Amino acid sequence: MKKLLIYLKEYRKESILAPLFKMLEASFELLVPLVMAAIMDQGIANQDMPYIWKMAMLLLLLAVVGLASSLTAQYFAAKAAVGFSTKVKHVLFRHIQTLSFSDLDHVGTPALINHMTSDMNQVQNGVNMVLRLFLRSPFIVFGAMIMAFTIDWKNALVFVVVIPLLTVVVVGIMLLTIPKYRTVQEALDRVLGITRENLTGVRVIRAFHQEEQEQMHFYEQNDELTRLQLFVGRISAFMNPLTFILVNAGVIALLWSGAVQVNIGNLTQGEVVALVNYMNQILVELVKLANLVITITKAVACGNRIQTILEIPAAQTFSDIPVAEQPAADIAVEFQNVSFTYHGGGDKALCHLNLKVKRGETIGIIGGTGSGKSTMIHLIPRFYDATEGKVLVDGVDVMKYPKEQLRSKIGIVMQKAVLFQGSIRENIAWGNESAGEDEIIHALELAQGMEFVNQKEGGLDAHVTQSGKNLSGGQRQRLTVARALVRKPEILILDDSTSALDYATDAKLRQAIQTLSYDPTVFIVSQRTVSIRHADRIVVLDDGEIAGIGTHEELLNSCDVYREIYESQYHKEVQGA
Amino acid sequence: MSRNVNDEKQNSGIWKTFRRLMRYLRPYGHILCFSVMTSLISVGLTLYLPILTGRAVDAIIGPDAVDFDRILEILIFMAASVAITALAQWVMNVCNNKMTYSIVRDVRRDAFEHLQSLPLKYLDAHTSGEIVSRIIADVDQFADGLLMGFTQFFTSLITIFGTLIFMLTIHPMVTLVVVCITPVSLFVSAYIAKKTYHMFRMQSETRGEQTGYIDEMISGLRVVQAYHREEAVAERFDEINRKLQKRSLKAIFFSSITNPATRFVNSLVYAGVGITGAIAAIHGRMTVGQLTSFLGYANQYTKPFNEISGVVTELQNALACAARIFAFMDEEPQTPEAEDAVVLTDVKGNVGIHDVSFSYVPDQKLLEHVTLAVRAGQRIAIVGPTGCGKTTLINLLMRFYDVNRGSITVEGEDIRHVTRNSLRDAYGMVLQETWLKTGTVRENICMGYPEATEEEMIEAAKLSHAHSFIKRLPQGYDTVITEDSDTLSQGQKQLLCIARVMLCRPPMLILDEATSSIDTRTEIRIQKAFHQLMQGRTSFIVAHRLSTIQEADVILVMKDGNIIEQGNHEELLAKRGFYYTLYNS
Repeated sequence: MKKLLIYLKEYRKESILAPLFKMLEASFELLVPLVMAAIMDQGIANQDMPYIWKMAMLLLLLAVVGLASSLTAQYFAAKAAVGFSTKVKHVLFRHIQTLSFSDLDHVGTPALINHMTSDMNQVQNGVNMVLRLFLRSPFIVFGAMIMAFTIDWKNALVFVVVIPLLTVVVVGIMLLTIPKYRTVQEALDRVLGITRENLTGVRVIRAFHQEEQEQMHFYEQNDELTRLQLFVGRISAFMNPLTFILVNAGVIALLWSGAVQVNIGNLTQGEVVALVNYMNQILVELVKLANLVITITKAVACGNRIQTILEIPAAQTFSDIPVAEQPAADIAVEFQNVSFTYHGGGDKALCHLNLKVKRGETIGIIGGTGSGKSTMIHLIPRFYDATEGKVLVDGVDVMKYPKEQLRSKIGIVMQKAVLFQGSIRENIAWGNESAGEDEIIHALELAQGMEFVNQKEGGLDAHVTQSGKNLSGGQRQRLTVARALVRKPEILILDDSTSALDYATDAKLRQAIQTLSYDPTVFIVSQRTVSIRHADRIVVLDDGEIAGIGTHEELLNSCDVYREIYESQYHKEVQGA
Repeated sequence: MSRNVNDEKQNSGIWKTFRRLMRYLRPYGHILCFSVMTSLISVGLTLYLPILTGRAVDAIIGPDAVDFDRILEILIFMAASVAITALAQWVMNVCNNKMTYSIVRDVRRDAFEHLQSLPLKYLDAHTSGEIVSRIIADVDQFADGLLMGFTQFFTSLITIFGTLIFMLTIHPMVTLVVVCITPVSLFVSAYIAKKTYHMFRMQSETRGEQTGYIDEMISGLRVVQAYHREEAVAERFDEINRKLQKRSLKAIFFSSITNPATRFVNSLVYAGVGITGAIAAIHGRMTVGQLTSFLGYANQYTKPFNEISGVVTELQNALACAARIFAFMDEEPQTPEAEDAVVLTDVKGNVGIHDVSFSYVPDQKLLEHVTLAVRAGQRIAIVGPTGCGKTTLINLLMRFYDVNRGSITVEGEDIRHVTRNSLRDAYGMVLQETWLKTGTVRENICMGYPEATEEEMIEAAKLSHAHSFIKRLPQGYDTVITEDSDTLSQGQKQLLCIARVMLCRPPMLILDEATSSIDTRTEIRIQKAFHQLMQGRTSFIVAHRLSTIQEADVILVMKDGNIIEQGNHEELLAKRGFYYTLYNS
């Protein structure tokens, strides 16, 4: 959290002035009982009307000045807090964008989104509250005590006893209940879990007629939750009565010792009233202070989470010097003894991989889940860096390329078809910002997407909602293919990206890619043999190792793993043949 | 005119909700009485304390003019009042807790019970998140808002009237000052709330926009990086961020005026009481002690007003939540079992579908006049592109939904005249979206047959090719599986689901083949397990594998929710229809 606070620097003036003005307000508030005491002792006792009016005007003045300084403080606090969180969000968002794929895997998308949204709100709220209250509340509590001392030190000793006792009660009860509230939350999560489970599994539960068992299970957890809630409730029910007793015990003590002091002439009647008023003031502020502590704890926890994200170092460095284009390098992509291990993921995902891919060649990659297919092709645009060995593009180690130069050579269509809010045209133009209308249309035609785009209202300008939720899976996949094609990449990678297309469309798309005029090097990753059987060469991966390379026919004869996959999909055909 | 009717309707709705809530309150009526009584005591005594303080002050006039006997008497009285008040407060807190949490428990219980009786038609039409938030969040909100709000409303109300009465007994004129100025704070806070409402809406709108953008861009970050669009994306983000900054500042600042403003009004009341009280005191119509009591009241008098205005919105919100929960509980449960429903026994596996028509939405035709006779032991493959409604058939066979027209029979018995449990017992179902409950592997396998012996369970696991991997789990059959744990792969989960059915040995099967995301080896195991399972049983299979399809006795080809072709592999190929194109692509 500490490191985040440097972003408050821009608002240094506001962050200092806000608490100061709050203190100013508090000191005016602390003067009120004294003025009232003066009214009683001087004005009423001496029957001095002009004095009373003067003092009443003073009270009004205090109120107005108090209001003015408080408003100033609120404004500065809000400005500093909002400005601070805006700045941190700005920095955080840019930092998240530089995270490597392994960092993204490690931290997880939901966590990142959470940090950017709810954690940031908590921090903003925390900063705001601290600026507003952190000085005010202690100032009033201790200020009241100091004012009591200025009136009469013997009576002020009552404050010295009551304030620590109150603190112990308020803080003690909070310390006792906070961890208990966590157990309550856990119990509530369990009740929620059962409810959710009963909804997601409703078919199975009814098929096995488990309704009654589930109901009993729910009752148990529900009762447990109630029991815990009552238990915590019983503890926190002590808060109000105990503080009430303490403060009023203080008042009683003040009245008695005050009476003694007045009797010997050390104190006036008005001053006793002032002391009682101070005693009543501290309770409210102490409770506020306790709540502030909770807000701060939460905000600091959130702030720390944000800081850990900001502290993730840039795992990958890219060169700044462009690589001179080597015309007509014969080998487009080469894997030299490449191994890869995922962050914290024990076994090697790829193991000593060697492969040379000629320019213009189409490579099919097949294998079961977890065999390393996606990993392999993700090494080409440096989404991940090989743990061992080298990946070369156009004969040059990918590590030597500047980020933009390397990635602009590659058009990749990922497994998950991701689109963004905007028009269809804008989404496709991500691939190539300078693409003209006809280029976009051409790319869409190749991707077999023109037909459905034409049916949309607005055609190319039809709106795509957030994450493309208003399109079907197949439509999204075709648009992502078009997005990759529109940049006319030297290397085209299709990572299991046609799974939602029916067989016929899938086949047409593959044919279209074969006819591309600029003859890219193509990688097609798939689980289905039909998708890759016409590739120039097929790479069969099994547990991160190459189990075979060759054409469909060659592999059927030579590669067991390939045959196994093929037969599980074309069982009878083969038997019949 | 129509608005009036609407308002009336709404009002009667609120009353209905309220009356229904009262029914839940009834068992705790004695606690409510106790709570009301103790809150009366505590509020009354709390208000009496400033008067006692004032009297004590009046006994402290000046040097050698202190009436110690009287002070002692008053202080003892004060101490007693404080003790009783504290006790009353505690009892009140405990009562309110007991009442709130018990009612929450009862409502949740009933809601969950109702959930079990709802037809799938309702459950499919609502997301699980929606229903969960009914049973969890809404119930919490309404409990907090309604009961806490109710008690707060009540105590605030007594405080206001109590204070008024106490003040009037001391001095009517000064009371008038308090009564006239205090409502200003209400107006001020209401005014600010009204003014800031718009700003808050703008803020949350922009915040929503930002959250949406963050969600979209972080989820799609890999694509952003692949296409090197970081800069453009970040610029757009900053744009939204700046907009949010402006709007947040406005909303936060203007709403934070409320507290200083009400404090200001409070100071006005204080000053007003001070001056009028002092004047009254000079003329001997009031003592200094009474002025002290007044100042005590003046300090607190705005509080209950502000609380009430806060409570009213909370109450409205709570009633809205309650209304949603009750609406959920009023959803029509599934058709009750027929009175003469028979228990299916000795099922061999003969299923008849007789001229069945069905649709989820009345005017959207789906299945039309489907007829099919399935003999015991036959295999029926259902094929078609994704989203063609293959699950519809499963829904009807299992009677998750009832047919609109025609009938489905098992062993000649209309399934609507059969108890649901015995019908569902006759089927074993393995769905593609594997569902396992939180619990041990053992509990999951024995779900349909809890009385199974250890040997029977292991036998079933072995037949399903699940035993070997279960053995390797950290605690074997006692390993706990949770919904989102990675202990098991997708394929292993499916094997467990198969074992679950294998143990029950039902005469008929409904199987849903997985499309992808299972590695080849497990896939082969699953197919073997399916084969083992299908031996001699009538099976309905949602099929993706060509091999499964070819071996089926009857293939149902579905498209857009309807069965368009029906026959075996050779017949369908000869037809050169949709199946032919599917097969040859």
